Amino acid sequence: MSERETASPQASGDEPAGAHTGRRPDEGEPLPPPMVGGESIVEQPPEGGEPINWAEQGMRASLPIGSAEPSGIATLRDQAPVVGAGSVGLGRGKARRGDRIFATLTTTSGLFIVLLILLVAVFLVVQAIPAIRDDKSNFLFSRDWTVEGGNLHFGILGLLWTTVLISFVAMIIAVPLALGISLFITQYAPRRLARPVAYIIDLLAAIPSIIYGIWGIVVLAPFLEPVQRFLYHIGGFALFKNEGISRGTVFNAGVVIAIMVLPIVTAVARDVFERTPTANIEAAWALGATRWEMIKMAVIPHGRPGFVSGAMLGLGRALGETIAITLILSKGFEGQPFSWSIFSNGETFASKIANAAAEFNDPKQTGAYIAAGLFLFLLTFAVNAAARAVVARSQVS
Amino acid sequence: MTATVTAPPPTLAATTSGRRKFKNNLATVLVTSSFVVAVIPLVWLLYTVISRGLHAITRDGWFTRSQRDITYKDPGGGAYHAILGTFEQVLLCSIISIPIAILVGVYLVEYGRGWLARTTTFMVDILTGIPSIVAALFIYAVFVTAFGGSRAGWLVSLALVMLMIPVIVRTTEEMLKLVPNELREASYALGVPKWKTILRIVLPTAFTGILTGIVLGIARVAGETAPLLILVGYSPNTNGNLFNGFQGSLPGMINDQVANIGNTRVLVNGRPVSIHYAADRMWGAALTLIIIVMALNVIARLIARRNKVTN
Repeated sequence: MSERETASPQASGDEPAGAHTGRRPDEGEPLPPPMVGGESIVEQPPEGGEPINWAEQGMRASLPIGSAEPSGIATLRDQAPVVGAGSVGLGRGKARRGDRIFATLTTTSGLFIVLLILLVAVFLVVQAIPAIRDDKSNFLFSRDWTVEGGNLHFGILGLLWTTVLISFVAMIIAVPLALGISLFITQYAPRRLARPVAYIIDLLAAIPSIIYGIWGIVVLAPFLEPVQRFLYHIGGFALFKNEGISRGTVFNAGVVIAIMVLPIVTAVARDVFERTPTANIEAAWALGATRWEMIKMAVIPHGRPGFVSGAMLGLGRALGETIAITLILSKGFEGQPFSWSIFSNGETFASKIANAAAEFNDPKQTGAYIAAGLFLFLLTFAVNAAARAVVARSQVS
Repeated sequence: MTATVTAPPPTLAATTSGRRKFKNNLATVLVTSSFVVAVIPLVWLLYTVISRGLHAITRDGWFTRSQRDITYKDPGGGAYHAILGTFEQVLLCSIISIPIAILVGVYLVEYGRGWLARTTTFMVDILTGIPSIVAALFIYAVFVTAFGGSRAGWLVSLALVMLMIPVIVRTTEEMLKLVPNELREASYALGVPKWKTILRIVLPTAFTGILTGIVLGIARVAGETAPLLILVGYSPNTNGNLFNGFQGSLPGMINDQVANIGNTRVLVNGRPVSIHYAADRMWGAALTLIIIVMALNVIARLIARRNKVTN
């Protein structure tokens, strides 16, 4: 038993549970890992990075499961769990054959995922190219969209603008709110309240997007009209210009998307803020900081990369959201003049494709929509990859 | 949490200048109110769906009848066809996704090394962020455009597979990492081969955690609408055949009814009468869907609470 004390103070069982997050031992279990609509968006612990939560949790978990030696060997826990360990290559015969089959099976599954993404790219590119080649407008810089009758005039500029504008409105609303909520959960709320509050926010992610869509246009839209009228008056510049559309505007859709991405951003932010080192927090208190100053000095700087990456994951979701926007956003008419206003309407990549889904019969015509889908795929791919890169970079430094 | 442990000593707080105190109080108010602001839409939405959908689903025949021969001018009908379609599509999707996703999770934790493991992790991340409409377009491009198939329910299941796999992979991965190494080593020490250790020791230990991921994955795909629009037509009739013909589904039914919620007048004997049958059915289908999805979420939480590994 005495080995335990000497081994590693980090994993020692004598230290109060959750001490590294500054939790008092009697405050109960840590919050469950944040879930967004079933996806856990907790970052995977980096190899050899900062002290891994899993290690500690794994240790606590090991107590009831039947390890006769509850202390275990502390140093083991800091290693990644047995990648490539085991009896592969040790013996011959039956056991080895079983191992080979199972290893091949799992590796093939891994390969399958990689191939799947590559296939998505290949199939979309191959089927988009003929349509883009026949496109008589500029694919990237045109706002036309005429694909009927074999005469292709289409460009994505209009779709891109509406998509970005909706996401912009959504992020302007969701990001500060998510910051506030995650700070509330991790820094302000009493422990007993923090868990249900986190659960309630996660529930927002469980609601299917089509229900957000019908609620957004039937129930919320009439309530947003006065807000919209108010903004016309204070605005006066292009972004708030009155386009004479009362419901189904970009603003209307943006507010609903904000509610939909809120739990995603909050879950990530909550997770990173919770991991602020106690030393930093206590240093801030020791300097006589108020709670807000402590948050500015300790919590925010530590959590910034994680928060940015969470916001980008939310952005990725907002860019690709389909049915809620399709139901809420009014399509506008053919040849409608361009507007900068968030009180205008239009179509996003996803809603354009969804609105046309019933008319996918001619391959060329379908190709135009597949080209739009390809662009959306690349856009979300870039945003998601960037989000991961932000986290990866912060973990290296 | 951190807050309660390390509240500043009162003597220091007393010396805090008015300006700093004001800023601190302002921050407290803003932070607390942001939570209140976020709860409003949740409560509002749930209230709307429940209050408007309740009498549709408590009506006779909601769970036993389809929408066959019922136009927006007619009352009644049920959601049987839609529930059946959603159930079948999600079932097929689960049958395909669960084994693949668990194998991928096992690969990443127990075997994964080098470039393939890194690439797989990255691709799972990308798959997590892939818009459902892009997944649907991909399935359409493969099975309809390239192979000349026709739209049917099973194609929806395939698109949903792409959305479900990353959810289960992530949970499996996390849960396998929580399985203590001592268990594996004890097994190896007894001469048990690695594959048997994984199948008999590691996976059973992580079972409840993985089950949580599966249930949450099902909850995620059950409400997906975009693949339905592209890959199968909506049918108001009961069609239990996943491989042939149009099929109803709960999101599809909502989307179908929403087209007629504006038609609130019909002429009865030459006189306009106000109706809202389509809206009733729309909210009814929405409530049915929410009940299913929320129930799955609650089940997942309950399983997670009993999980030996995490808690």
